[in-house]
Amino acid sequence: MDKLIYLDNAATTSLGQEVLDEMMPYLRENYSNPSSVYDFAQKSKKAVEDARGIIAAALGAKDREIYFTGGGSESDNWALKGAAAALEEKGKHIITSKIEHHAVLHTCEYLERQGYEVTYLDVDENGLVSPEAVEAAIRPDTILISIMFANNEIGTIEPIEKIGEAAARHGVLFHTDAVQAFGHIPIDVEKMHIDLLSASGHKFHGPKGIGFLYIKDGVKLDSLIHGGAQERSRRAGTHNVPGIVGIGAAVQSAMQKMQANTEKEKAIRDYAIDRILKEVPYARLNGDRTERLPNNINICFRFIEGESMLIMLDQRGICASSGSACTSGSLDPSHVLLAIGLPHEIAHGSLRMTLSGETTKEDMDYVVDSIKQIVERLRSMSPLYEDFVKSNKEQ
Amino acid sequence: MSKKVVVGMSGGVDSSVAAYLLKAQGYEVIGVTMEIWQKEPAGILEKEGGCCGLSAVEDAKRVAGILGIPHYVMNFRDIFQQKVIDYFVQEYQAGRTPNPCIACNRFVKWEALLRRSLEIGADYIATGHYACVKKLPNGRYAIARSKFDRKDQSYALYNLTQEQLSHTLMPAGEYEKEQIRCIAANQGLQVAHKPDSQDICFIPDNDYKRFLEEETGKKPCEGNFVDTSGNVIGKHSGITNYTIGQRKGLNLAFGYPVFVTELRPDTNEVVIGKAEDVYVDALEAVQLHCMAVEHFEEGQRMMAKIRYADKGQMCTIEKLEGDKVFIVFDQKVRAVTPGQAVVFYQENTVLGGGTIIRSC
Repeated sequence: MDKLIYLDNAATTSLGQEVLDEMMPYLRENYSNPSSVYDFAQKSKKAVEDARGIIAAALGAKDREIYFTGGGSESDNWALKGAAAALEEKGKHIITSKIEHHAVLHTCEYLERQGYEVTYLDVDENGLVSPEAVEAAIRPDTILISIMFANNEIGTIEPIEKIGEAAARHGVLFHTDAVQAFGHIPIDVEKMHIDLLSASGHKFHGPKGIGFLYIKDGVKLDSLIHGGAQERSRRAGTHNVPGIVGIGAAVQSAMQKMQANTEKEKAIRDYAIDRILKEVPYARLNGDRTERLPNNINICFRFIEGESMLIMLDQRGICASSGSACTSGSLDPSHVLLAIGLPHEIAHGSLRMTLSGETTKEDMDYVVDSIKQIVERLRSMSPLYEDFVKSNKEQ
Repeated sequence: MSKKVVVGMSGGVDSSVAAYLLKAQGYEVIGVTMEIWQKEPAGILEKEGGCCGLSAVEDAKRVAGILGIPHYVMNFRDIFQQKVIDYFVQEYQAGRTPNPCIACNRFVKWEALLRRSLEIGADYIATGHYACVKKLPNGRYAIARSKFDRKDQSYALYNLTQEQLSHTLMPAGEYEKEQIRCIAANQGLQVAHKPDSQDICFIPDNDYKRFLEEETGKKPCEGNFVDTSGNVIGKHSGITNYTIGQRKGLNLAFGYPVFVTELRPDTNEVVIGKAEDVYVDALEAVQLHCMAVEHFEEGQRMMAKIRYADKGQMCTIEKLEGDKVFIVFDQKVRAVTPGQAVVFYQENTVLGGGTIIRSC
């Protein structure tokens, strides 16, 4: 295999060179614990606060509203479990959607076992949550609304501002899992009425194992990780200084490149989508055509197993996925594709490709050509396709 | 170009070494772990030695990494549920004793996995079974016993088709278990000393009665123990709790040992008899499958195994009727169990076999 074409940037991204360069001193010479008293700790302390400032600025937030965590899943767990515990007096009802990441869904299921009640909102055929439906679901005992900013599988960008407005009108806390969106599309927590926001460093060329939770000033939230007094006594554990420096550098870089990357990725994304839909029969784009992450392509090919296609793409040096990489690496029909109304057998045959700023048109030409050959081969061996062709002839 | 082979890797020592052996023989090897386990609640401790579960995937991935071969997980949950678990439950409910490994081999490994493997461009699939595949002078393919009898797994492979066998490699059949462990250790595979998988892979605690209750959502129906003349002699706890030849756990006191001789699902009766009643001369089997031979003949003499651990006994085909066969043993055999397979051998070669429906 000569070349690797990496099209799984929603799973993780490469670490930016400039990010690594910023991190290096904090892995070697400046290894101090920022919570220590001596002067040696000052450099680490400053680096942590600088990174916090960069992130806050990117969100239109205050520095003190950014809390570093171990990643997106921890942030989601903290937001949900922390709000549930802190607001128990007010009520035990939570609103979310059927297409959330498992970090939210499984946390909700856990809370249900603890006696909370969760409303899982339906989405439309493009994966959009309706702000009206959110508002209609609000009850006097609703304590939290959690709707993802953009979906990790089909790339649909939710109407977060409208949902935030609805939440604000009713005085209900609003959390958004922005793991796929932050660093890729503009977010303004003030304007969008966001109270809690989760993000993860490695989704935009930062390091793994670092993320943050934005907690709006004044929001009551119980701690998830208890221990030392780090992060204003709300999240214990020695600061992951290199990680924090890395996520700061990655945010800086992502904000600078956002506009240019978005334009470039969108053009290549749309080029590839158009080619596939035109050149491969019985293919269907999942997710909204316009309200879509710039780097996301998700397509179903009827009559074939997504699993076989992924392996055959891998054999050609193309890294893609079906839905999310957060399971054992195997394919179950995706809960997201089922929620947008795809039948079970089609939800098996989906392909997700998520581009980066480095993906070229030539890459995608090679990928689309490969997909055409693979789909043709798999369909030639598929009993489902054979039946379909036969029944078409008979008609 | 070298031939491509997909090795079904369970994460155990046998399939790990099978992958190594094939790579050493020059094949292009792709490791695949079949995801067949059903959803398990988080936090359950997995029993070591099982072939299912997430730790199996992790073990297989580590082995693949050491061998330098690609490894994938393929999802066969639905087909496993349908062809193995549902069958398992239905057989018990019908008063038979199923063999889930045979069903898994025939329909999951050698149908679903093989098809998926051919799709991705493989020429063969391989497993770590202790058995051999050979091409006979008559042009047919057949399973032969492992060179070393102790671990032989040919019994559970008797109903593979010619097409399936023509795409099958079984390198472990040439070796003894100890040699396989030795090879694994020499190659630095951490699974070298992993315990053998036992029992039924989808029932890790081995409590099949609990499993049946959970799958069906109901408790088995109590009924009568009857003697061979039909007299009621006690109450049983449900026919799914018994197998032919069972002596323990009957809670019947007669002053001599008694055994289960028959299960009657229609009347929900468990028939109890003396030791000699468990021995029979003949049996009838259906779904007769031909492997080494194109067809069987009345009067044909061969060796038959009536369960996995059976040593085998010479028998004669008394009658053939479509896919039904009636055989008579040279000496009485113990506990012929409907639902189990009867597998026919000529020396070391599997001639074919069928599913036992009754003893006679």
